[in-house]
Order: sequence, then structure tokens, then C-alpha cells
Amino acid sequence: MSFDFPTDRRYRESHEYLTTDAPHRVGISDFAQDELGDVVFVELPSEGDRLSAGDSFGVVESIKAVSDVYAPVSGEVTAINEELFDAPELLNDAPYDDGWMLELDPDDESEIEELMTADEYAEQVE
Amino acid sequence: MTLRNPPLRETHADSGAKFTEFGGWDMPVEFDSISTEHEAVRESAGIFDVSHMGEVAVAGPDATTLMQRLTTNDVSALSPGDAQYAAIVREDGVMLDDTIVYRLPDDRVETVVGPGVNDGRDDADDTDDAYLFIPNAGHDAEIHERWVDYRDEHDLSATVRNATEDWAMFAVQGPEAAALVSDAAASDLTTVPWFDATFADVAGVECWVARTGYTGEDGFELLCPWEEAATVWHALDDAQPCGLGARATLRIEKGFLLSGQDFDPDDEPRTPFEAGIGFAVDTDTEFVGRDALAEQEAAGTAESFVGLELLDRGVARHGYDVTGDDGHVIGTVTSGTKVPTLDRGVALGYLPTEHTDPGTRVHVVVRGQEKRAQVVDPPFDED
Repeated sequence: MSFDFPTDRRYRESHEYLTTDAPHRVGISDFAQDELGDVVFVELPSEGDRLSAGDSFGVVESIKAVSDVYAPVSGEVTAINEELFDAPELLNDAPYDDGWMLELDPDDESEIEELMTADEYAEQVE
Repeated sequence: MTLRNPPLRETHADSGAKFTEFGGWDMPVEFDSISTEHEAVRESAGIFDVSHMGEVAVAGPDATTLMQRLTTNDVSALSPGDAQYAAIVREDGVMLDDTIVYRLPDDRVETVVGPGVNDGRDDADDTDDAYLFIPNAGHDAEIHERWVDYRDEHDLSATVRNATEDWAMFAVQGPEAAALVSDAAASDLTTVPWFDATFADVAGVECWVARTGYTGEDGFELLCPWEEAATVWHALDDAQPCGLGARATLRIEKGFLLSGQDFDPDDEPRTPFEAGIGFAVDTDTEFVGRDALAEQEAAGTAESFVGLELLDRGVARHGYDVTGDDGHVIGTVTSGTKVPTLDRGVALGYLPTEHTDPGTRVHVVVRGQEKRAQVVDPPFDED
């Protein structure tokens, strides 16, 4: 099984990504969606919520399992992907595109650099 | 603890299956995706490796008596080739397991108990009644011991063999399953009636082929010799390989019980009447737990097994509370999932019998939030 880890984003060890250019989008990696299997339910925070790096900001539930998802960096939620409420399967079908979860305005851009690069993350999951 | 492996563990791993522990076995949970597998069974055919299910063989002059005393249904009604659903209960009526009992052809005793294998007794021969029954995954040793102990305490003459690792077990299920199995067989199996079973040649291997299943679809469950598993599996692999994930969504959609989850002597002690399988109890027969169950059959149960359909978004899971109008906990979810082909979360569980009319509104507490739900008579996929 080979997974796709685009290099235009950084990764947290708990399998979330954050795009490096604004708007900074957060979602889960291709590896994570494959591990979970069919996603059937997503809980997201509200626009304007403040998150600290490592906070659980929501839940991704597949037929098999419930998983918390964690903020890669600290910041304010500036948008959420409401399409996921009606179409949670977007997390499986397009985790890096239509399956994004929220947009975050980072408090400190340097926190992004502390996340894993695509290569480092690929090494972790393989 | 070392997990037990089904005979085709490596074959499944090579085909990309994901695995999970169930009942002490390392079993495939997903081959492609649960939704693909679920839909294949509803629309065409799927094949499941369920070799983690137990097999216990019983034969001898007192085999029928032993089976009758330790299962809730009427074993004496079975002719060779019949299958019967039953519960295995304690003296107080609480279920230890549920099972399918097969009565074997009279001339096949040696096939199932094996020549010279008789737990120290030399009782079985080809003139005796013989049975094979299917304890749930991980229960085989305990159930086998229960049979041996009862036989010895009551001085019954019967051979009891834990044959779990003699047999691989595959379930082929779906509207096209019977034709698919029959095509791989030397004889026409499509005429085998529901809940009948027969020895048949499938892909050159003699299998015990039963028209039974756990998906709510037509199909067969096949027992084949452990070492012949690959031959039989590959002969049937036009069916979609399915894991325990789809087995769960399929059985929950139909409202079928899972031993150890919807009932369990320690964590969820329930009688067959509470669990909605009173049809598998014949209190006119003599069995361990009969008096307790006859009393409950007459008096009714305080709590009953129900289906719940979530009206709000969310997925109910095992152990979640069910609350009434005022927020008080009135019941519990024992199984819950999102069925791929339905747009709502569905669950099974127990409620006070006065709250079990279809349409009764309750709540399921999902991570601290009350989600609206209503009582439904399963199956969930039929209105």
C-alpha cells in the first residue's frame, strides 16, 4: 500500500496536516483516512474558536472507530468545511482537497516549521 | 496472549486485508472497504472467513440427551441434515452463548469425532446420533468443558470433541451466493432448503454445507477440513471477500444478536426472552435453566431488546446510555453503527418493556450529547 503525502503541507505525528501557505488548511492524511476506513461522521469546532497546538478540535468517526483530531498549531479557526456534515466520505475520497476540515490563522508561523515534513511523516508511517 | 490464526491468515494478509482481534483470533476486518463489502452482500455475493467460530462434535448413545439438556431448543425434533438455532443458558436462564446445532447423518460419526478420539470413552460408533454445533468465537474451550462436565456428572455415554481447529468455516452470503456455491459443487445445492445442511463436494473437497447465515441474505455456511481451506476459498472467490467489519454492519442492520456484546454472562447478563429470541426456547423440553425460563415466559420480561434509529446525526456505540424525556438513563446500547446503505445511525440495546413500542422517542447519549432516537423493530432496511 502506498500513500500520497503532498509536500505543500506539514504533518503532525497524530496524522493531521496543515498547508504551509495561507489559508492554512487542516485535515487528515491519506494514511489516516485509510486506517480509519469509511468515515461516517465528523464533529468540528466553530468559526472563531481558539485552538492551542495539540488540542483535540473534533472527532472523525468511521464505521469501525472514533478518533479525536488535534490542532497542529495554535490559532483561530477562520472557516470550517460544512460540506463534511452531509458528505463525511469526502475525508476518504479527497483528504487533501474537498475533504479539508478547517482553516486556521496561526498565532505564530514558526510553529509550522516544527511540524514534520512530508518525507519525515512518510518515514513515520512506513 | 498469542492470537489464534485462521488457516488462511497469510492469504488474507497478502491480499491486503486489515486485521483485528476477535475472541482471541486474528481475523480480517476489512478487505476493500466496509461499504463495498456490505453492498456486495446485499446486491450480489460476499465471502467471509469465519474460521474463528467454534465447532464441538457430540456423538454416542446419549448424544441427543446431552444436547437436549444443554441447549434451549428441542433437539429431539431434528432429523439428520437439520439445523437449529438455540441458546446455551445457566441454571438462572442467563445466556452463556447462542449456537447453531446441526444433526449429522447417522453414518458420519467418525467424520466429526474422529477415529479413536473419544475423551477416554469408546462410546461412539456409526449407529449413534451425531451432532456438530457452533459456539461463538473464543467460547469453544469453555463450552466444550461444559458439555464434558455435564456428561460426566450425569454419567451419560457420549463422545464430545472440540473440533474447532479441524474445520475452516466460510460464509457465502447474498442473493447470488447459492448459485455461486452450487457452481463450485459437484451437485446442485440450490435445492437445499433454508436451515438444512448436507455433506457435499465443493471444488473436490468434502464440505458440510448449511443453508444458514448471519447477514439476513440467502446463502451458505461451509465447514471444510482446515488443511483444505485454500482450495475451497479460491473456488468461491468470485464473491467479494468480506471482513468482520461488514459482518457487523450486516447483522446489526437485521437486528441479529452478537454473543459477548449484546449479551454476556458477566457484562450484559440476559435471558433469551429479554434478548428477543424466545422462539429458540422450548420449555416443554428438559434443559439446564428450563425452570427459570418457564417462569419468565409466563411473567414477561422487565426489559426487552429493541432497535433504535438515530434521528440526529451521530453514531451510537456499545455501552452508550439511552435516556428518556427527563434525561434519566433508562437503557443501554449494546451494538451500534452507521450502516453504509442507510442514512442514519442504527443501534440495538435494551429498554424497559413499556418503552419498546415502535416509534417511542428516546435519546442516545453520544459523547455527552443527547441525540434524538426512536424505537424501531429491526430489520432497519425495511419500512
